[in-house]
Amino acid sequence: MMSLDATRLRAVVHKELLDYRRKRAIVVSMVLLPILFLVEPVVSIFVAAPSESSSALDSFVILPLLYMLLIAVVMPSTLAAFTVVGEREQGTLEPLLTTPLREQEFIIGKGAAVMIPSVALSYLVYGLFLLAVELFAHPAVATAVFHNGPILLALFLFAPLVAGWSVVVGMAVSVRASEVRVAQQLGMLASLPITGVVLLLAIGVIHPTFPVAIAFAAGLLVIDLITLRIVSRMFDRERLVIGTKATRS
Amino acid sequence: MAATATLSLARRTMVSSHSVRARTWKVEIDGSVVGSISNQRTVEFPVKAGQHLLRVKSTRYLLSPEESFEAVAGQVVKFSCHPRALSPIIFTRWLIWFLASLVKHDLWIGLEFVNTSSADIGATSFAVLENIPKIPAGASEIESSLSARPSGIGSGTITGTAARAPANPRSALVVSNLTKRFGERTAFSDVSFDVGYGEVFGFLGPNGAGKTTTVRTLGTLIAPTSGSATVAGIPLSPENGVEIRQRIAIMPESPGLYLRLTVTENLEYFAGLYGLRHATTRINDALEAVNLGDRASDLCASLSKGLRQRVGLARTLLSDPEIMFLDEPTSGLDPVASLEVHNLIIGLRQKGVTIFLTTHRLDEAEKLCDRVAFLNTTLRTVGRTAELREQLFKRSLRVKTLEPIGDPAEFFTRILAVEDWRPDGANTYVLTVSDPEVAAPEVTRALVSADVGVLFIGEAQHSLEDVYLELIADDAEARRS
Ligand SMILES: Nc1ncnc2c1ncn2[C@@H]1O[C@H](COP(=O)(O)OP(=O)(O)OP(=O)(O)O)[C@@H](O)[C@H]1O
Ligand SMILES: [Mg+2]
Repeated sequence: MMSLDATRLRAVVHKELLDYRRKRAIVVSMVLLPILFLVEPVVSIFVAAPSESSSALDSFVILPLLYMLLIAVVMPSTLAAFTVVGEREQGTLEPLLTTPLREQEFIIGKGAAVMIPSVALSYLVYGLFLLAVELFAHPAVATAVFHNGPILLALFLFAPLVAGWSVVVGMAVSVRASEVRVAQQLGMLASLPITGVVLLLAIGVIHPTFPVAIAFAAGLLVIDLITLRIVSRMFDRERLVIGTKATRS
Repeated sequence: MAATATLSLARRTMVSSHSVRARTWKVEIDGSVVGSISNQRTVEFPVKAGQHLLRVKSTRYLLSPEESFEAVAGQVVKFSCHPRALSPIIFTRWLIWFLASLVKHDLWIGLEFVNTSSADIGATSFAVLENIPKIPAGASEIESSLSARPSGIGSGTITGTAARAPANPRSALVVSNLTKRFGERTAFSDVSFDVGYGEVFGFLGPNGAGKTTTVRTLGTLIAPTSGSATVAGIPLSPENGVEIRQRIAIMPESPGLYLRLTVTENLEYFAGLYGLRHATTRINDALEAVNLGDRASDLCASLSKGLRQRVGLARTLLSDPEIMFLDEPTSGLDPVASLEVHNLIIGLRQKGVTIFLTTHRLDEAEKLCDRVAFLNTTLRTVGRTAELREQLFKRSLRVKTLEPIGDPAEFFTRILAVEDWRPDGANTYVLTVSDPEVAAPEVTRALVSADVGVLFIGEAQHSLEDVYLELIADDAEARRS
């Protein structure tokens, strides 16, 4: 059983959030990304022809809805890419590792600091989208959106789970990468499987129902935990400090 | 004396969090307080043969664990106690407290029976036993008579090179046969030394000698390839990493500050990482100590190299470490700032902090260090600076004359007390002698009778720099041959 210290965790999360706020590139992308991901769905909802049958409408609104899920995939992988290489490039990793901070605290603290803004922004975007639909969309389209219960549930349930996946994969890449830029590009690969699932849903291969949504959530949770375990194994102080793994003869 | 047994109670650290080191706990036997125990201490109490109840209490926690034990005359009953790691779910302590207290009494302090052995009371134990008030008695300061940490200059155990003391449990650092290789390259090899508590230990060596790698190894950042070490009394191993790091502080070669955060924010972060909650006073004290009080709210990006170095130093002061590793703390500092750092180190030493100082500056080592070690992949030598000088150099005289001596070779060979000579600049000669007190008058007489004007004659002082160059020259020679 790993023991985590609340004070140390809080210190890590607090410092990370503070650092994000001071970094212009991050602030800008945190503002732009949600707008980008909000515009597309809103536009497509407004151009939807209300004359279509309700079942056709139902499946039409799925894609714009799922599209918003990608915020929770893209943003964390960008941020998580910084976690290790970023600190190594700045030279702050060594002093950090001289403190009593445990590897697990490092991972969980940094992971949480990435998850918090990502999930919060995702929820904000969902909220704005639903509000826009409620207020301005054609009543038939609005009904279609709110009829898609499983998808709406999935959005809220999946946001933290897919963010978790991206964070863990992003950190794994960050441990191994030699540069932040490389890490960010590789980290983007994390979003591929999830984009794939979104596609399958959108083209109707998978039918969104409540049981399917729940099963997916459970599956994601399991995958998240397994990858977390794998990543915490990769955290070796020696590798973090000097970039290669300890060799003991 | 009635048939007695001994209860031996050891307090271990389970590093989890909250200022574990600070509090002393009360030890209660059969309902009355018999003494107290603080972190990393072992205390012994005489008890009558028979059944007893032991309880360890902290004023901080409502609940305390208890264990009953059977004492047989002449036996030592050993217990160990330790703070429990703070479970991650216990964020809202008060609520959990009431719920957990219904089922669990050792929630905060763990108490375990270790074993029973026949009495094997060493010298220290006797001293303690004599001081122990008869049971029952009020809380006493028993532990102060025990292994209190030495403080103040020179009270640490200092071992010379000639007779290396056996691994002393009270040494701050015990390093034996430590080796680190990076693939083919050996960073340092077969390094052994001891550092006593309260000592300032200088670690010198040329670029690439392995100084930084040694600091990283002892600081649990990288694992040694072979060999062993004890840091602050804890064996160096991956499992003990957190516990070791809790007691030491390392100032790396480059300060590594978060440039987008202010000085205070940087320090707040590290205070948090050391588990210190309300650290404002500590942070202010640390900043005052390095003379940065007025730059506290500046962004680190706006500081000069030297000022950043000082912030790095302030950071190591936060956690009140037992051992400080300073990797070239004055590199990049102006003379005034260097002097301030020197004074800081002197102050820390007076407080009993053990300091492991890596430096290129020999004057610095000479001024600050109780002992120095020279590393050049292998440990070349360890000792007090004065000892090293004597060890490496024969004593010598320095002679400066008004005009050059006609034939110095002939002149000096004629003087019996002079073993060897060499010129050292214009009209200056360095003479190797076995006893300057015999040689100096003899040389003076010879000079006077040869009608040479004497400007100066005196014993040559070797600086640490000479020692250093001598050692490095040896190495270069060894490599060539
Ligand atoms: N990560 C690494 N991988 C491979 N070799 C390394 C690594 N780190 C250090 N070394 C090698 O180990 C040796 C010792 O390096 P170290 O940094 O400990 O020297 P140093 O005494 O601190 O030197 P300086 O005075 O320049 O700071 C050098 O030969 C160096 O090249
Ligand atoms: Mg170095």
